[in-house]
Amino acid sequence: MGETLGRLSIDELEEMSKNCRLDIVRMTHAARSGHPGGSLSAIDLIVGLYGSNFRFKTDDPSWADRDRFILSKGHASPAMYSILHQIGVIGKEDIMSFREIGSVCQGHVDMKWTDGVDFSAGSLGMGLSFGLGSALAATMDSSEREVWVMLGDGETQEGEVWEAAMSASFHQTGNLKAIIDRNGIQNDDFVNVQMEIGDIGSKFSAFGWATKEIDGHDMNEVVKAIDWAKSVNDQPVAIIANTVKGKGVSFMENNPDFHGKAPSDDELAIALEELM
Amino acid sequence: MSSPSIGGASRDGYGSALLRIADNPRVVVLEADLGKSTKSCLFRSQHPERTFSLGISEQNMMLVAAGLAEAGKIPFASTFAIFTERGFEQIRNGIARPGFAVHVCGSHGGIHTGSDGSSAQSIEDFAIYRSIPGMTVIHPSDDLAAEELTVQLQSLGGPSYMRTARNKTGRIYDSGTSKGLRIGKGSTLRNGNDAAIIACGVMVERALNAANSLSGEGVECTVIDMHTIKPLDEELLANVANRCGCIVTAEDHSIIGGLGGAVAEWSALNNPVPIEMVGVMDRFGESGSTEDLMREMGLNPEDIANSVKKCVRRRN
Repeated sequence: MGETLGRLSIDELEEMSKNCRLDIVRMTHAARSGHPGGSLSAIDLIVGLYGSNFRFKTDDPSWADRDRFILSKGHASPAMYSILHQIGVIGKEDIMSFREIGSVCQGHVDMKWTDGVDFSAGSLGMGLSFGLGSALAATMDSSEREVWVMLGDGETQEGEVWEAAMSASFHQTGNLKAIIDRNGIQNDDFVNVQMEIGDIGSKFSAFGWATKEIDGHDMNEVVKAIDWAKSVNDQPVAIIANTVKGKGVSFMENNPDFHGKAPSDDELAIALEELM
Repeated sequence: MSSPSIGGASRDGYGSALLRIADNPRVVVLEADLGKSTKSCLFRSQHPERTFSLGISEQNMMLVAAGLAEAGKIPFASTFAIFTERGFEQIRNGIARPGFAVHVCGSHGGIHTGSDGSSAQSIEDFAIYRSIPGMTVIHPSDDLAAEELTVQLQSLGGPSYMRTARNKTGRIYDSGTSKGLRIGKGSTLRNGNDAAIIACGVMVERALNAANSLSGEGVECTVIDMHTIKPLDEELLANVANRCGCIVTAEDHSIIGGLGGAVAEWSALNNPVPIEMVGVMDRFGESGSTEDLMREMGLNPEDIANSVKKCVRRRN
């Protein structure tokens, strides 16, 4: 195994996304809890990232010079576990024990528990700061490794995100790349009901970041945006990905109820049929 | 013990220690606009390439430190003790939970800080950080102790919180005796069988003064500098509880949850003896000179001496 999964074709990425979506609904159904909506909105972006020459050894997930993927919106853990299963880091039995006592698949992603997880998340707003520290360390080490951080859009209501945004720009961390999963829904309701955050791209631009807005479910756009982000090395980069919460499952799409609710037996059957 | 010499403040020892360990290339320093106060500025002046200014953003600083630690660096992140508390959940979830060896230093702790007033006087930091699993909590008694214990932190391998004091105090140690200090091991400064005074930080000098005056009245005290509040030196506690039969704790911290709380928890579960606590009596501070405030809050040597007498009466 080399130091990257290589560059997968659009067809391969879309097939991997489909398989991940199936596992996301299966594992949340099995656990009778979890966060399917934000996992389904994020998964195309995560798959696109890992399939675009992400530096990573599946047989050595803690390789010190790997690229980092920091899932700051740690409740989207089913998405993380689904891709780790797809690339062979964790097994089927692991993902199907999601949220059970002793399972390597904790409710929120936790690097102490799961090979291939680069951050212990669960409390929103912390991942970008952690990514900044990781990026500063990479620069100190003269390493080419990149640090990717995925945030939720509701998560940007946390003030620490903007502390991190300001300091990343000040420290000129061109190896720090953020992806904002702009699905428009947070725990209680739509973001524009809870506290609208407006034009996130303009806000990151004002903090000194290079930004690009894309359709987070169009794999061509996803891959192009990741390539573009890799090409920017003199300032931090934010990709604002417009997504649909619950993407791929009709009754979950754009439905705040499925932020943190698992599908029932009947709903699982419908979801699997729609996703197959 | 001869009368102590006036040394620096314990924060000065922290600054000196950072310079001493600077030859370890993994050591990095993080600041939140208070480097001149915490004394991390000494490291910055010599090693700006390994000093990161995060501006006035303590929450961000804690997770940046975690990110550096994940990549093998040994971060020392400092601000005022009270402002570390602003990043409490970041320390809990982002540093301690994954077990990163990030060393948080809170300077200007306690009432001793003085005239800045109650907003700056952290009197709850020991209680807060002691409750986090795996966290080492330290409060040195003078600048030499702070320097020695900070040097030892670089090989601790887990998260820590150290409180340092703003103001100068009498030296407890000299350049030789301070080398004998070890994280997790209390330091016995005086032996006596009538009572044990277990103190930390700026209260250690006051405990020695109290013990000296009590000696003139025929009461002989053991005095321990319990610079490490967690993990607590239980072996030493068992020794003095058996030998003295009563314990007085002394700390520039709330009587709830700090050194006194830790000793009382240990005693209640293992070796019940009468305990008196000298500390801040569940109230906020205020502005004033250090000496006026320490008197007002009941943190003077005579307060410790009175507690010793009360504790001895309770035992008898």
